[in-house]
Amino acid sequence: MSDVYVVGVDMIKFGRFPDKTVPQLGAQAALMALDDAGLQIQDMQALYCGNLGQASGMVGQRVLQEIGQTGMAVVNCANACATGATAFREAWMSIKAGVFDCVLAVGVEQMGKGLLGGAGGATGIPKEGLLGSGTMPAVFAEAGMEHARNHGTTFEQFAKVSVKNHHHSTMNPKAMYQIETPLETVMNAEMISYPNTKLMCSVNVDGSAAAVLVSEKKAKELGLQRAVKVRASVLTSDPYSDRDLVMPDVNSVTRMAAKQAYEMAGISPDDLDLVELHDCFATAEILHYENLGLCGDGEAGRMIDEGQTSIGGKIPVNVSGGLLSKGHPLGATGIANIYELCTHLRGEAGARQVENARFGMAHVIGLGSACGIHILEKVA
Amino acid sequence: MTQQQAVLFLQCPILRGLAQMIRTSREWRAVSVARFFLGERDTCSSCGGRDTLEKKRLGNTGKLYSYSIVFRSFPGIDVPYISAIVDLDGGGTVKGNLIGIDPDPANLAFDMPVDVIFDDALGRKDKEGNSYISYFFKPAA
Repeated sequence: MSDVYVVGVDMIKFGRFPDKTVPQLGAQAALMALDDAGLQIQDMQALYCGNLGQASGMVGQRVLQEIGQTGMAVVNCANACATGATAFREAWMSIKAGVFDCVLAVGVEQMGKGLLGGAGGATGIPKEGLLGSGTMPAVFAEAGMEHARNHGTTFEQFAKVSVKNHHHSTMNPKAMYQIETPLETVMNAEMISYPNTKLMCSVNVDGSAAAVLVSEKKAKELGLQRAVKVRASVLTSDPYSDRDLVMPDVNSVTRMAAKQAYEMAGISPDDLDLVELHDCFATAEILHYENLGLCGDGEAGRMIDEGQTSIGGKIPVNVSGGLLSKGHPLGATGIANIYELCTHLRGEAGARQVENARFGMAHVIGLGSACGIHILEKVA
Repeated sequence: MTQQQAVLFLQCPILRGLAQMIRTSREWRAVSVARFFLGERDTCSSCGGRDTLEKKRLGNTGKLYSYSIVFRSFPGIDVPYISAIVDLDGGGTVKGNLIGIDPDPANLAFDMPVDVIFDDALGRKDKEGNSYISYFFKPAA
């Protein structure tokens, strides 16, 4: 099976674009990724398009109606917050299978403001606030409090994640926000669902990102100078665990994916130079330090206290600003993570560059649940 | 108007308990461990087994496993409230509102004992005007 390379990748600056349509936003990133690769839409053999909000709306085809109706195969993907990673992985798999040599993956989302979560069924009475909470800040707060229960993790430690990621995004011009948020500001922000304050919740934004994936043969034809190799692509669903159906278990699904990803890439967590992980809420990032093997069980609190995951630290996490500050356009997030990794592996990340980066990991969780992990390696 | 159950696995107030399915997993994992599921089902999602499900009544007491205190919810939902994950004595985990205690982390301890109580579903009614009964947790008496 051929190795798979990313030869073009880009994302739009995340923000709020109510005057644009979803296909227009997707088209924008697609054209940027094609330009980055030095290729045309006519060179693409298939499009894998990730979008959640209009999952039944043929978004991929509508993107091509904006930029080039070549008749190529289009697959539309929806997989909660793992949507973009799933589209990227489907593109990867088509090349692995030897079906195509050159394909496009696009992730795009347009979001309103406000809380995400189950609003309840069409019949009966609303369950929110009656049978606990199904809002995302509360669900991930409960997951964080499980960590607090097991390891004594504090509100302050969770809040430090947000301080760090907001700091990182001051160096990322494509992030939604470039604002420092000191610890007191984070902890004193409006409490949404204890222990997640407003600044510890990811930002609902509009955004898009795209990548051009090619086979080894095609990559050599094009020249490998800026190519990035996909060393692992893994997708898991939630395995059975005791409380999963009541309290979504984002840990087991991630641990399972991480183990497979390290095996596929033939590397260990110590080999990673940077990680973009699913900080949909500040509480979640702490869990994933351990789930991804960046530290031992129970060591995540110390890891954030010691700055090990800050830029310049032992293993920088979410140097893009993460979902907390770069923003979280659900369907675009997975491919935006790929963009961030490639930018560092190519040495093009400017002020936030992780020096001499060779291996990067991108991780997303779609609640319900899906976990997508990719490991990328610098080539040249 | 009749009083409906807020969730299908609720059996109350007559039985004053929560009904559920339990399965003992034997084949796939080669272990003998109880698996608990809320509500009716035919198949065990732990091992895929279809033939050894049985009903079991859940306990009416339990311990606080995890929680969040919700200060912002959807429009029309009164806040704050405690969204609690409770491990029931005898097995099974249920999520619900923890009431009868000030919603402040200082008052909440992991594993604090709670009772399951049944009461009207906060006055909520469906389109037909039916009222509902629901379960709540409150600190153990």
